[in-house]
Amino acid sequence: MVSVGEISRPMAVARSRRSFLLKTLGRQEFWRGLVAIIVFLVLWEIGSRSKEWFGYALPYVGLLPPPSDVAVAWSDVLMKWGYWESWYKSFGRVLTGFIAAQIIGIPFGLMLAINKYFRDVFFPPFEVLRPIPPLAWVPASLIFWPTNEMSIAFVTFLGAFFTIVINVLGGARTIDVRYLRAAQSMGASQWDLFWRIILPGTLPSIFTGAAVGMGITWEVVVAAEMISSGGTQGGGGLGFFIWNSYMGGSLPQIVVGMISIGIAGYLSSSIIRMIGDRAMPWRKLF
Amino acid sequence: MTQQMVKMPDMPAQVHTARTTRGEISIRNVTKIYDPEGVNVMAIDNCSMEVAPGEFCMIVGPSGCGKTTLLNAIAGFHSITSGEILLDRKLLCGPGKLIAAQGADRIVVFQNGALFPWKTLAQNVAYGPMVQGVLSKRNALAKAHEMLAEAGLGEFGGKYPGEVSSGMARRAEIVRALINNPKVLLLDEPYRAMDGLTKSIMHEALLEVYDRTKVTIFFVTHDLEEAIFLGDRVYVMTTRPCRLKKVVNVDIPRPRNYEVLSSEQFRLLVEETRDAVHEEAIKAFRLGERELA
Amino acid sequence: MNNHAIATAARANSKRAAPAGLSLIWYRLRKKLRTSTPYLMVLGLALWMVTWWLFSEVWKLPRFDKMPGPVVLLKDWLAREPFHGISFFTELYYEHIWASTRRILIAFAIATTLGVPLGLFMGWSKRFKDYTFPILETLRPIPILAWVPLAILMFSGYETPVIFLATLASLYVTTLNTLLGVESIDESYFRAAGCLGSKPWHVFVHVVVPGALPFIFTGLQISVGVAWFSLVAAEMVSGDYGLGYLIMQSYVNSVTVPLVIAMVTLGFVGWFTSALVRRVGNLMMQWRVRALALEGR
Repeated sequence: MVSVGEISRPMAVARSRRSFLLKTLGRQEFWRGLVAIIVFLVLWEIGSRSKEWFGYALPYVGLLPPPSDVAVAWSDVLMKWGYWESWYKSFGRVLTGFIAAQIIGIPFGLMLAINKYFRDVFFPPFEVLRPIPPLAWVPASLIFWPTNEMSIAFVTFLGAFFTIVINVLGGARTIDVRYLRAAQSMGASQWDLFWRIILPGTLPSIFTGAAVGMGITWEVVVAAEMISSGGTQGGGGLGFFIWNSYMGGSLPQIVVGMISIGIAGYLSSSIIRMIGDRAMPWRKLF
Repeated sequence: MTQQMVKMPDMPAQVHTARTTRGEISIRNVTKIYDPEGVNVMAIDNCSMEVAPGEFCMIVGPSGCGKTTLLNAIAGFHSITSGEILLDRKLLCGPGKLIAAQGADRIVVFQNGALFPWKTLAQNVAYGPMVQGVLSKRNALAKAHEMLAEAGLGEFGGKYPGEVSSGMARRAEIVRALINNPKVLLLDEPYRAMDGLTKSIMHEALLEVYDRTKVTIFFVTHDLEEAIFLGDRVYVMTTRPCRLKKVVNVDIPRPRNYEVLSSEQFRLLVEETRDAVHEEAIKAFRLGERELA
Repeated sequence: MNNHAIATAARANSKRAAPAGLSLIWYRLRKKLRTSTPYLMVLGLALWMVTWWLFSEVWKLPRFDKMPGPVVLLKDWLAREPFHGISFFTELYYEHIWASTRRILIAFAIATTLGVPLGLFMGWSKRFKDYTFPILETLRPIPILAWVPLAILMFSGYETPVIFLATLASLYVTTLNTLLGVESIDESYFRAAGCLGSKPWHVFVHVVVPGALPFIFTGLQISVGVAWFSLVAAEMVSGDYGLGYLIMQSYVNSVTVPLVIAMVTLGFVGWFTSALVRRVGNLMMQWRVRALALEGR
């Protein structure tokens, strides 16, 4: 299945750490990238300080908090317990929804792939519900589930669920039929076929689905936190952190929140990728 | 690295009566070392050969021995590490200019076929002249249809490569090369992925093309019988690193057809060459390495 | 029938011309109806509807009684004077649909016009990619909705921030998939173009662009979905008119029927736009459609 793509390729695992660092520093791409990011930051700084320095605020950029302010705000916030609590809460929601989606989604996807009758019955309702954006479920979910937490968990679950099922379905169905036939000619039972051929053959798609699903989960969690915080308990989390900063008028903190979520999302995807590399040693590392 | 001097036999008779004077390739002491992941790999080791204009030259060797690297160096896809390659006495690549410029004087026909899948056969064939500005789009397409018809592919001009058999696609690729009147036609194991029956038809088609145009052909293959059936001269290469092991002149008169395959002369030539090839094949098998790109 | 008769009939049949056009569609339909597939599909959908109906309207199970069942929903949806103000017959319904669709169209147009050339160029020039890719990859992990406050700060009004968010989401997907598309092109095609005497411009037009098209269109399909995703979220947080806004309003006003109508409509329109993109893609990539057809797909 095509995913938005984990473009970054894992480095060859065999290299020692030291030569890895040297090799990275020696690479043209690294320096060019660094230059690009520095230029980006400089332009942002100049643009956002345009009112102060030039007396005239540049459109769009001029209204942003400057990176230097963001850096200061960040060092402040690192000391506060509330910040780390937001991390903890968001991660908790992400993991709950994500794991629930994997536990239910992977078997469901495999069943759809293996059994034609099951697929004929259950795939149509699935396909009808799938185009509805997960966030559109938030209000319905809030009405339906008794607590805020459960409604957020449900929506998070939905987001990852649809992705993982589609990926598993696609992956299982594209397993080369020759592998199945080879196994059968060697006397494999249905059980063997499933555990030894179909499951390992679907693993790449499972991990792709998981990585993309993880991205979606973060999107949904942040959104749900922002939306539902307008309501009752305001249950914390990084999304709430951002919204709160916005409402409280501390603009640099908004950006701190944004970057924090970015880092959190990237970490989650990296962990999945690492688990994937471990689980699938036969895949060639690019 | 023993320098094995290979005695070059005299030029076969056919070449002297060739109608072309272009496409003479001189490969002199060419070495190619490249570096995948920090481990030096010597692909070609001090290889020298002279290909006469209009000669049908076959390069035979086990898979992965580096013969494709040689072809790629001529075509300008890789650089060489040392030595020089000349085309019609002019330097293609050598000291100071390690990579040849790609150009329509040496056109490659690829192993897995490289017809553009998004263009029809006719559009593919018309591509060269159109892009070089030699013909207008309309004229190029007209000429393409003409040449395809000559090659027996007239009705398929409007089809996409994905819709025709691999045999037809490969023939169309050869037409695509020939419409540009190249000095050299470089063929990189083009029939490798085909079944025996299709292959024999491809061979006859290629022989027919050669008899008509007498373009210099540089054909890389692992199939000894194919080499002897088609070529004027067969260069047997060693397994990696690629060195010249043996040269055989094929004196079978042209035009040739499949009856040649059961002739005495053919059988003798195959016998003469087979041991050399077999030896290298065993070495390559023992090495067990994946084929080079 | 005995075997001989079957064989004779089959032989006679094979001499008839293959069905084409409309009769082909009819033939396929008849063939499908003979399998169990369509009946099971109907069964699946019916099962779902009936369960939903039973849970929310008949048995009124604890949580389900807060949600409208299919009957209540349809009654309002198809009514001339709907109780909650939204139905196929009210203008307001279409105003909301159009508001959202219009925003998607604008966002998609901008994202595609920017993203495809950007991706193509990144694939074409390593230097350009080295400079731009890191910035893209650094910004990408930040969820689209985290941009909401900044978007509101930067852009005035309701429309622009919402369109900005949808555009941003689409842009990431489009650019990345285009880049992947260019990088997926087999080296041989570049080499072939090179030895046929192409200048770099020719290679770009005749190899890079068509070669990347399959990935580009997959990316475009995903990007439409992602645009909807972000648009709805943005509309729910800050907007006026639009299906996301409608959902939020219905929630705030505790009227569940329009809420569900809006959800279902969203699903349908989302699917429709995606299918549209896929169609356009197939039109532009005839070579692929025909080759795949020969493989029986």
